[in-house]
Formats: sequence, structure tokens, C-alpha cells
Amino acid sequence: MTDELVPDRAAAPPAAPPEPSSEQRASSWLRRVSSGEVLTTVLAFVLALVIGGILIAAVDKKVTAAAGYFFARPGDLLGAAWHSVSGAYAALFRGAVLDYQATTVLKAIRPLTETITTSTPLIIASLAVAVAFRAGLFNIGAQGQVIMGAVVSGYVGFTFHLPPVVAVLVALVVGVLAGAVWGGIAGVLKARTGAHEVIVTIMLNYVASFLLAWLLTTSAFRVHGSQEPKSQTVLTNAQLPLLFGSQYRATWGFVLALVAAAFVWWLMSRSRLGFQFRAVGANPYASRTAGISVARMTAYVMLASGALAGLAGAVQLLGTSKYLTDGIAGTIGFDAITVALLGRSKPGGIVAAGLLYGGLSAGGRFMEVVTGTPIDIVLVLQALVVLFIAAPGLVRTIFRLPAPSADVEGALA
Amino acid sequence: MSTVTATPPAQPLAAPERGVVAPKVSWRVPGITAAAGLLALLAFGVGAPSGAHSRFDLSFRTDAVQLSPLVVPSQVTNIVIGVVCLLIAAFTVAQTVRRRRTPMWLLAGFGLLWVFAFLVWAVAGKQTSLVDLLQGSLLLAVPLAFGAFGGVLCERSGVVNIAIEGQLLVGAFAAAVVASVTHNVYAGLLAAPVAGYLLGLLLALFTVRYAVNQIIVGVVLNVLAVGLTSFLFSAVLKPNSARLNTPPLMQPIAIPLLEKIPVLGPVLFRQTVIVYALYIAVAVLTIGLFRTRWGLRVRAVGEHPEAADTVGIPVNKVRWRNVVMGSATAGFGGAFLTIGYIGQFGQEMSGGRGYIALAAMILGRWTPFGSLGAALLFGFATKLASVLSVVGTPVPSQFMLMLPYVLTVLAVAGFVGRVRGPAADGVPYVKG
Repeated sequence: MTDELVPDRAAAPPAAPPEPSSEQRASSWLRRVSSGEVLTTVLAFVLALVIGGILIAAVDKKVTAAAGYFFARPGDLLGAAWHSVSGAYAALFRGAVLDYQATTVLKAIRPLTETITTSTPLIIASLAVAVAFRAGLFNIGAQGQVIMGAVVSGYVGFTFHLPPVVAVLVALVVGVLAGAVWGGIAGVLKARTGAHEVIVTIMLNYVASFLLAWLLTTSAFRVHGSQEPKSQTVLTNAQLPLLFGSQYRATWGFVLALVAAAFVWWLMSRSRLGFQFRAVGANPYASRTAGISVARMTAYVMLASGALAGLAGAVQLLGTSKYLTDGIAGTIGFDAITVALLGRSKPGGIVAAGLLYGGLSAGGRFMEVVTGTPIDIVLVLQALVVLFIAAPGLVRTIFRLPAPSADVEGALA
Repeated sequence: MSTVTATPPAQPLAAPERGVVAPKVSWRVPGITAAAGLLALLAFGVGAPSGAHSRFDLSFRTDAVQLSPLVVPSQVTNIVIGVVCLLIAAFTVAQTVRRRRTPMWLLAGFGLLWVFAFLVWAVAGKQTSLVDLLQGSLLLAVPLAFGAFGGVLCERSGVVNIAIEGQLLVGAFAAAVVASVTHNVYAGLLAAPVAGYLLGLLLALFTVRYAVNQIIVGVVLNVLAVGLTSFLFSAVLKPNSARLNTPPLMQPIAIPLLEKIPVLGPVLFRQTVIVYALYIAVAVLTIGLFRTRWGLRVRAVGEHPEAADTVGIPVNKVRWRNVVMGSATAGFGGAFLTIGYIGQFGQEMSGGRGYIALAAMILGRWTPFGSLGAALLFGFATKLASVLSVVGTPVPSQFMLMLPYVLTVLAVAGFVGRVRGPAADGVPYVKG
């Protein structure tokens, strides 16, 4: 597994820099701080918020009105811009973390539980993307796998009358299996025929959503006597229990997400299989030389990735939505890609990034209601943050920071 | 169907000598053709209602000269086609046994016959317009083809362009807004590639200058494009829809003489400027990439940047230029979504077409002609699904809509097999 064995220049994939040795790892946190990685991350957020703020101000009516007489009273423009931007960001915070204007404490912390609810399936789906990503595969198909997980666990959840606990466990397991099958198709095809997983997973996304659309027209799924494209509701026994009581929507799915993150950490960092996954991702040629079957690992990776995405779908359905609609998966599968990138494909990072992303979504909905700023600004913020974090060189150029030692550069894995 | 390529050995091989291992014979092509032929004979032929006729209109209602519609007896036609298909399948079996390749044109012919049999079966006892089907396929293929061309330009120079989706979207947005403000479609048509170019600048900045993982940047730029256009749409366009989002539509221009060709004339040569630009683009790109010094350099940079650098080609300059050019091309295609087809801009109106364009590029093996062929295939399948859902077939419309995507998976996995892109595709070049 050393780089000297590699005969081919193409063998160094851009996504996976070599794993640091134990000594390097020990001091890596210190090095990161000193080399400015933490600083560039913070500055990436600042930059994104500034650009987002400019956009928010630019489309605000009062701001554009004040801009009309900028040279007469420049203070008006700045005041209006400040008012509009700070109002929007304050609403974002109130919707995501703590509504400090709420009348009771219980209401004040509701946004936090909403953030947890939104981020739960996102974290699990991001883990799915991350597992594939660290094995050098790009699973754009988390969306389809989420749909399949939701569909199958939903079907089991509203069709079979099972005792409590058993019902929810069975529904979760079949969801995981459905996701694994859907991801596995791409993995097996890649392993056996070399079909590019990006293309296959994109295509399977569409197949899954059309399959869902068709299933919602069948009598096995629809509410009896209804024409709406909406499935029956999952039986109570198969629903995920609530985490903080009936006032909040958050379910035990969040705990499952944390468990899944811990499991992925163990899988990728401590298990033999995970080592093989990472080895194949870092250098397929060397892995083959070392006796790892690249084809088999490719199939396993996509199975594992799909299984996690299926779990995300199952958790979303059994916990939050409880019945299937065309939009059951929302954009979870696609958002998961951004979250995985933001979390640098590490379980801890993903939990943090997932919460951040969930918070931005929950806060964005609140902001749209309160200040009328379209929620889509959240997408812009998310994209900008990932872009700037991915290119620390650009951030340093903007803020005229000194360049650190070269080995930290572009260490996005 | 030009993209479907047989996988068996490239040339007739001599009988294997003793001690020499002969390459494995692939039974994929004979297997698939035989199965498809049987399906055509039994399901479409024998299974068609006896005595029913299938009617295909060959002219648009508005045409001055009306051709008489093509009417065929459904069952008899399909039994004949099914038998012919099975004969071709038998021939591919014979070819495979003799370790020879089945000629490409024969497989293409097989595909056409099979699709026609399916059509005859689907409209048995009913009627549909063949020209409408063809024109619809072409129009649906236009943004896909431009997107795929944008991909080809980027990826031939070694930069993966996942951001086609975003480029189409900003192109559509810019075209709609500029055309609305200026009341001039051609101003909108100019604005679209400029918007694509700006997004391309970002793509080039991050991938070429800062050597960030190209797939990451592409995915994130798509999110950025969706976020920006949706934000501006909700905040600016929706409240001022009359002023900012009511673009004029491009009017078709008939090309004299050529439009008189029966069936194909009105379909191909009574179109808008964007469609004609597509015909020109595919020719220019093909010649440019494979017959000029520029193209040779681009391909060298995409295949082996070190070698290209050694002979003095400025690798990152070439890449930078190709990325912005490709992005502008995709942006131009985005204009078709608004001013060429629908008119108003709608939130996330590219609807995944960029990803399909990416698939078309790969199916088309990174060539302009192949990409166009694949884009037409997608367009045809999508149009067919919508036509048949109107006509009413035994197959649920969701499965018809699924067809192009399933076909792509099958094509990527089965026919195209291990497609090989430019060798240095996706690998940033850092001199040193």
C-alpha cells in the first residue's frame, strides 16, 4: 500500500489524499489550527454570509429605493441594507436555534428540535454518500436509494400488523435492504461491466421516482377510495417514537442517526472491510497488488452506501412524514452530497454539517415567513460555504493570508 | 442509435492456434437481439389485435401540402417485422460463432425496426402523428445536445463538467430576463452563453486554478445555480413578472427548398435559430476537435497533460479556455428552455436535463456526433412516453417515462461496456 508501487500517474485520485501516519495524525489538529485551516473555515462562512447578505440587500425594495438617492443621503442606503440583512439573518437564527422572542421556554427551543428533525435523514444519507466517497465512488443516487427505502419500509409499515418494537424494527430493516439493493445495482454493474456509477445512480434516481409515482396509483398503496397520489399512513406500531414528547416532532430517528455515524466511524476507521474500502478509494492499483478484489469492494461499498441511504428514507418516512407522497424524499439525497462534502466525509464532521444544514433549512422556512426573504438564499449560502472551504487558497487570497505548508492545501477528503 | 456499439472483438480473428488463448466470446449482442426479436414477434405481432390498423400521420395539420397518412395492418406488419428481427438475430449468432463482428448498420436497422414494431403495436386501432413524434424528439433533444457538447468541450481537455445542469439553468434564466427587458429574443439568445460563461469562469477558477476536486465543484455549482436563480426568481421575477419574465418566443424560420422534403423537411428545416445552431455546432465541433491543430492540442491535454506540457502546450490555459467555452455552449442550450420552447422562466426548470446531457455525452463516447445521437435517443424516448400516454397504451405512463433512464443503464452496462473517457479527465494538472 505504498505509493512507490504505483506505476500509473492516474492512480492518484483527486478525492483521496494519502492517509496521514500516526505521528502526523497526533499533531494534525494543532497543525490545522496553526496552518489556518480552522481560520479559513471560519472565513469561508464569513465570506458566504457577506455575499448572501449582499444578495438579500440587493433585492430588498427599501434598499433599492434608498439606492435611488444614494448620493443625496448615503446613510439611508446603508441603514436599509443593514436592516434587511440583519433582519433576515436574525430570523434565520430564530428559526434554526432559539426563538428568543417566543413567550415560553418550550416554544423558544422548538426551532432546535425542528433543526434536529430536518437534519436526521440528512445526516444518515450524508453518511451514505461519504462511505462511497471515501472508497473513491461517487454516489449521486442517494436520492433514489432514499426513495426506495421509504417506499418499502412504508409499505411494510402500513400493511402488516405487527407487535410494537418488532413492527418498527422490521420496517427499518426492510428499508435498509431496499436501499442496499438499489445502491447495489449500481455497485454490481460497475464491478461487473464497468458502467460508470455516476451515470447509473443518476438514472436509477429517475427510475425510483417514477416507480414511486406508479406505486401511488395502485390500490396496494393508496388510501381506499381516494384519488390522491398519497399512500396509507404507517400504523402506530411501526412509527418511530418521539424523542422529546408530543410537543415536538423530533423522533428517535435522531439517535439512530448518531448511532449510524458512530457505526460508520467504526466501519471506516477500525474495521478490516473499511480499510479495504479506503484502500480501494485511495489507490485501486496498489489495492489489487495487495490482494484486495477491487470489483468486490466496489459492489460492497455501494451496498453499504445504499443501505445507509435506505435507512435515511425509512427514518424520514417512519418518523416524520408517516405516509408516502411523490415528494417523500424531498431533496434529501442531493443535499446529502453537499453535507458530506461540508463534513469532509468524516462522521463527526457530517453530524455537525448535517445539523448546520438542517438548521439552515428550518431557519430558512422561518425566515421566509417572517421577513419574506426567499428560502433559496440558503442554497446559495450552502454552496458558497462548500466552495470556499474546498478552495482554501482562494480564501487566503481574498483575505491576503500567508500560504501555509503545501501538504495541507486542498486536503478535502 | 449510432451510439450502440457491438462488444465482440474488433476484427475477424483467425482460428485460435494451439497454446494461444482466444478472447472470450461475448454472447451479449446475440442474446439481446434474439430476446428483442422474440418480443417483437410474440408480443407486438401475435399479441396485437387482429384486424386492427395503425395509422401514422405524415404531415402537420398546418402544412400546405398534406401527405396521405401511413396506414398498416398492425398484426401482419409486426409478424413480418418480428420474423425479420429474428433473422437478424440468427445472423448475429452466426457471426458470433465465427468470431466476427455484426456490422453496426445492421444493429442500427434492427433498432429502428424494433421501435417501429413497438409503435405499430402501441397505436393499433388508433392513430398518431409521426411528424409530431419526430419533431418533439428533436426539440427535447436540443438542450440535451448543447449540454452534452458543453460536456465534451470540458472533458476532452480533462475537466469533468458536472455543472451542465447549472449552466443550462443560468442560460435559461438569463435568456428569459434579457429577452423580456429588451423585447428581443436574439438579445436573450446572446445573454444565455454569457451567463453560462460566467458560471464556467467559476468552474475554471476552482478546478484549474485551485485544483479542487472537479466533481465536488460541479455539484456545488449546480446547487449555487439553483439557489441563485430560484432566489432571484422568487424575489425579483415573480413580483415583476410582466416586465422581467414575459420573454417573446423565437419564431421558426423555414429554410427554402429543404423544408419541402417530405416528412423530414418540416421536422428538420422549419425550426428556430437555436436548432439550426445545433446542426452547425455538431459539425464545427467534430471538425474542430478531430481535424484541427486546436483539437489535437485539446485532446492531448485531456489524455496526457505532462506530454502536452513537454511539447509546449500551455495545459491549464487550454483547460481554462475549454471550460469557459463548454460552459457557454451549455448556457446557450439553456436559452432553448425559455425563449425557444416554453417562454417564461420557472424555478429549477432545467429539471435534471444537465445530468441527462452528461449521460448523453458518455453514451456518445465523448464525441459531438455520438452525443447528438444519444440526446436524440433520449428525446425520442421522452416524447414517445408522452405521446403514448395520450394515445393510451396498456403500459402505465410512469413506465414509459422510465424507459429512457432504464435504456441508459442498459446501454452503459450492456452495450457500451467499459467506456473510456479522456485519460486525464478529472485529474487537476499541477506543474512540477
